Amino acid sequence: MFGDYSIGDLGSIFVMQGFAGLILFSVYVLMALGLAIIFGQMGVINMAHGEFMILGAYVTWMTSNFFQAYLPGLFAGYFFLAMILAFIASGALGMLVEWALIRHLYKRPLDTLLATWGLSLILQQAYRSIFGAREVGVELPQWMLGSLHVSDSIEVPINGIFVMALTVLITIAVAYVMYLSRWGRQVRAVVQNRIMAGAVGINTEKVDRYTFALGCGIAGVAGSAFTMIGSTGPTSGQLYIVDTFLVVVFGGAASLLGTIASAFSISQTQSTLEFFLSGSMAKVLTLLAVVGILMLRPQGLFALKVRK
Amino acid sequence: MSDDKKQGLQSAFRRKLLMGMAAIPALTMLPRPSFAEAPATSAINTTGLAVTDTEVTVGILHSATGTMAISETGSIESEKLAIAQINEAGGVLGRKIKIIQEDGASDWPTFAEKAKKLLVNDKVAAIMGCWTSASRKAVLPVVEQYNGMLYYPTFYEGLEQSKNVIYTGQEATQQILAGLNWVAKEKGAKSFFFVGSDYIWPRTSNKIARKHVENVLKGKVVGEEYYPLGNTQFNSVINKIKLTKPDVIFTDVVGGSNVAFYKQLKAAGIDLSKQTLLTISVTEDEIDGIGGENIAGAYACMKYFQSLDNPNNKLFVPAFKKMWGEKTVIGDVTQAAYLGPWLWKLTAEKAGSFDVDKIAAASPGIEFKGAPEGYVRIHENHHLWSKTRVGRAKLDGQFELVFETADLVEPDPFPKGYQ
Repeated sequence: MFGDYSIGDLGSIFVMQGFAGLILFSVYVLMALGLAIIFGQMGVINMAHGEFMILGAYVTWMTSNFFQAYLPGLFAGYFFLAMILAFIASGALGMLVEWALIRHLYKRPLDTLLATWGLSLILQQAYRSIFGAREVGVELPQWMLGSLHVSDSIEVPINGIFVMALTVLITIAVAYVMYLSRWGRQVRAVVQNRIMAGAVGINTEKVDRYTFALGCGIAGVAGSAFTMIGSTGPTSGQLYIVDTFLVVVFGGAASLLGTIASAFSISQTQSTLEFFLSGSMAKVLTLLAVVGILMLRPQGLFALKVRK
Repeated sequence: MSDDKKQGLQSAFRRKLLMGMAAIPALTMLPRPSFAEAPATSAINTTGLAVTDTEVTVGILHSATGTMAISETGSIESEKLAIAQINEAGGVLGRKIKIIQEDGASDWPTFAEKAKKLLVNDKVAAIMGCWTSASRKAVLPVVEQYNGMLYYPTFYEGLEQSKNVIYTGQEATQQILAGLNWVAKEKGAKSFFFVGSDYIWPRTSNKIARKHVENVLKGKVVGEEYYPLGNTQFNSVINKIKLTKPDVIFTDVVGGSNVAFYKQLKAAGIDLSKQTLLTISVTEDEIDGIGGENIAGAYACMKYFQSLDNPNNKLFVPAFKKMWGEKTVIGDVTQAAYLGPWLWKLTAEKAGSFDVDKIAAASPGIEFKGAPEGYVRIHENHHLWSKTRVGRAKLDGQFELVFETADLVEPDPFPKGYQ
């Protein structure tokens, strides 16, 4: 298939394709981080993860409308405020859900799957009733559209760079919170041994609630960022949920490093195959590879050693 | 599809012609009370449908919930508008239409079940419904078994025909060929890159498009790519498009994927005012989600745009907005759904009966002069004769008409040489 093209063409396409893979990688990490915390650290199978993302997207949409109507002069910068609001909204909803629903199910982890699936249906219908069944278009400030013109055939999408930068930032923040802060130590203590953690004076209920809220909040930020590349509708969250679980499970549930490694391998496989085969075939082969590897290594790529 | 069924339809049509069926009276949209002449129920309903002296029941069967609600909401709205207008104008055969609405919930077995409920329990005289081909395929055996009448609004892949279905959207050749001819002539396009969602409609449509490009236009298809429904990452295919530099990108990506596709196309620096893109899957409804600034400059090929400048459309658009809100937009399928109740009314009046067999037999030749798209007529194969149009997307999310076929295009659900 390369016979007809010049070396220059091919070179720039490989650069572009490498970049496409990196963007896909960032998208995967961003959507999986929140779930890695909730599923990985707490063992809650949160099927409503996509709906928490979409809440973030709707918050972004509302912020955008608000700025257009009342503060058009500051429109260029609204996106940063929107992401913070998305974090707060999704985090607050997460906290509410944990208090009302999840905390009663910690001893029955499989039931969280059903409960959160039901929650996802309720949220979808709620979005449909509030925002309407049709998709909404989130208007972006001019500087976030378009691409950086590197050479005639190499164009780097600005929103891609934005997503990558955001992913790096959030990953560093999460790593710091989970592994270096006092609170992160408490979270890990609760995960490893809830009863002992309680016995040494950690308020496990509070830790659970904030952990869940953090995971949901990050989902909200991801949803906010994805308004740049995807759709915002009541059921758009469903588009992300399968890939998200795939990344988290493949990486090994309790490991942040695993999530990143898994996002990297899946995205690179996917985008390389996409280039040589068609999109659907690429997806099939990627899934087959993941299934194969999980059969050989059921605990995922990276797993913490835990006492059984 | 069996040949004898087609034969049956055609001979029924011929018989009607021989009987000297006069052209139906021109339709006026003005109220015209006709209660005085309402015929007796026993005469117009011999098969036990839900018809009383004052009412006739019709079913609406679309997804009001689930992932397809995004698309089907518009169809529900326009069908209700049409029915309200018909009732205001005196109803059908002197009877007001009563609606029973069922929710297919974006789930195909649910569609079949609800269709059965409408036909068997509610005994509706007709069903306005279905949207995706999958839902229609699920409902088809039910309407055939229980002898119902379905008015189906979506443009679709063709390869189907039934006594019990009237297809008010375009089938694939009707929609695609004129658009391809136009782009070949107007833009001198020789090379095409196809991108679609991975299911029956895009695959069949692209098959037809490929045959037409290669055999008729003598052009070349330089790429044909499919992505799973709901895919949100198109950077790889966009790179391939940049590598192959096609004259035309031809797309039938659907649903949420559409939004991702156009946003990423724009972000990758493909300027639609310079790169010709022809889509058969983006209507005003989809642009709401995509954002006008992301798709401005693209061409869409279908039979209706909200911006059409004709007297019927100038009545239709304000009426729709008055009923459903100033901000709603009207896409191709929404308009096609509006035709369903009107065509059924006109057919029932021509047949002088609500009986499904008589409606099916009387359908060919029915013309609707009040159609927002201008004028339509039912073909013997139960599809519509309609014009095909090409519009150019503008920043405000509307299309600007750039081309329309001079004559009505004949529907050809089983195109020879394209299969």
